[in-house]
Amino acid sequence: MNIENLSEILRQHPFLADLPEDHMAIITGCALNAHFTEGSMLIREGEIADKFFLLRSGRVTLEMDMPPRGSLRIQTVGPGEVLGWSWLISPYRWHFSARAVADVRAIALDAECLRTKCQKDHDFGYVILDRFVRLMEDRLQATRLQLLDLALLSPEVAR
Amino acid sequence: MMPAVETPAKNNSAPMMLYPSEIRRTLWETEDTFTLVLDVDHRPERYAFRPGQFNMVYVFGVGEAAISISSDPGKPAQIAHTIHRVGTVTSALAQMRKGDIVGIRGPFGTSWPIEEAKGKDVCIVAGGIGLAPLRPVMYELLRRRSDFGRIMLLYGARSPIDLLFRVELEQWGRQSHVEVIVTVDRGDSSWKGYIGVVTHLFSYLKLDARETLAFVCGPEVMMKYTLDELERRGIPPEQVFVSLERNMKCAVGLCGHCQLGPVFVCKDGPVFRLPVVRGLLDKKEM
Repeated sequence: MNIENLSEILRQHPFLADLPEDHMAIITGCALNAHFTEGSMLIREGEIADKFFLLRSGRVTLEMDMPPRGSLRIQTVGPGEVLGWSWLISPYRWHFSARAVADVRAIALDAECLRTKCQKDHDFGYVILDRFVRLMEDRLQATRLQLLDLALLSPEVAR
Repeated sequence: MMPAVETPAKNNSAPMMLYPSEIRRTLWETEDTFTLVLDVDHRPERYAFRPGQFNMVYVFGVGEAAISISSDPGKPAQIAHTIHRVGTVTSALAQMRKGDIVGIRGPFGTSWPIEEAKGKDVCIVAGGIGLAPLRPVMYELLRRRSDFGRIMLLYGARSPIDLLFRVELEQWGRQSHVEVIVTVDRGDSSWKGYIGVVTHLFSYLKLDARETLAFVCGPEVMMKYTLDELERRGIPPEQVFVSLERNMKCAVGLCGHCQLGPVFVCKDGPVFRLPVVRGLLDKKEM
């Protein structure tokens, strides 16, 4: 895949919507096309977070190890979403594993490449952080709601 | 002036009259939720209901509970109630068998605004047992498919085995311009669908905010987060409808058990246009 195609794909991803051309060029320079077959692992808990993914199609489950029960599936990430922010926060290690539950097409973004460019260009760094903070807020809210365990809190009156 | 939700059907001239109704069958949907199919065809006046309405279901010698109707309003000779076994009355209902008799008062309450949705997209958001009062909406929308735009159903349950109406969910999802997206709080290794909360499913939809009506029913905490998400997506509050639950006794706005601030859930609801109840959702029962 050439750079033009990659740039066009990135432009269509919701996470990068409305990004200025110069910032898009920076991102494109750190991007690679990626494909994962059903059942394969995209990232593994405890390993170095050296990339993150913009999902284009397919579905990925996030799993955490819960010895001795094995792994617990805690969330799904799908098309148009972002997988991973541990690459932003030292010591850059994954806090969960991610497994493709359907064939996945994604764009992988190199973490070191992006961190370096964020350091060099603070405007670009701010834009990236701003988008990730929103993403974190969304996930935090979803986690809070999940903790409340919707179905267990079903209304007292049967319907 | 903002129009009210659709008014109750005018077929309930004797709201305190209890009609004996025979149980035709019991279907267990999940470990603790079942659907009772009741014969109401023998009543002196033809029974009819609108999506979102409820009956008071009486177990003789035990008590009465408000339970929404979960069946097709186009087939009113037999009605269904999908019931979560949580209390004395619902546990007694769970013990009943084909041929047993229960008492029915109803239908009561306001209904989902199907007519107002004509020509528009409809986004249905349900959590847990909250899908039961929305199933009649799906039947009605699909029967009159050409009257509406896109139909979107977002449904969240505790786990795969807690999903209601699985066969119908799959059937609905296969129809054109109907998007059914299901998620569970906890998935096992065999579950290939989404895991997470129902609000997360909005990530996979493109909503035309001005042209969409949203119908929401589920645990109130789920509704609270869903309403926040709908607001973020730009859906005007007057296009959002919620179904509320409170303990009901008389079902006609006399006893006050279901009073929520200035409204009675039994009489003014259970389906409300959001601005009417937005400030009341956090209030405890009075």
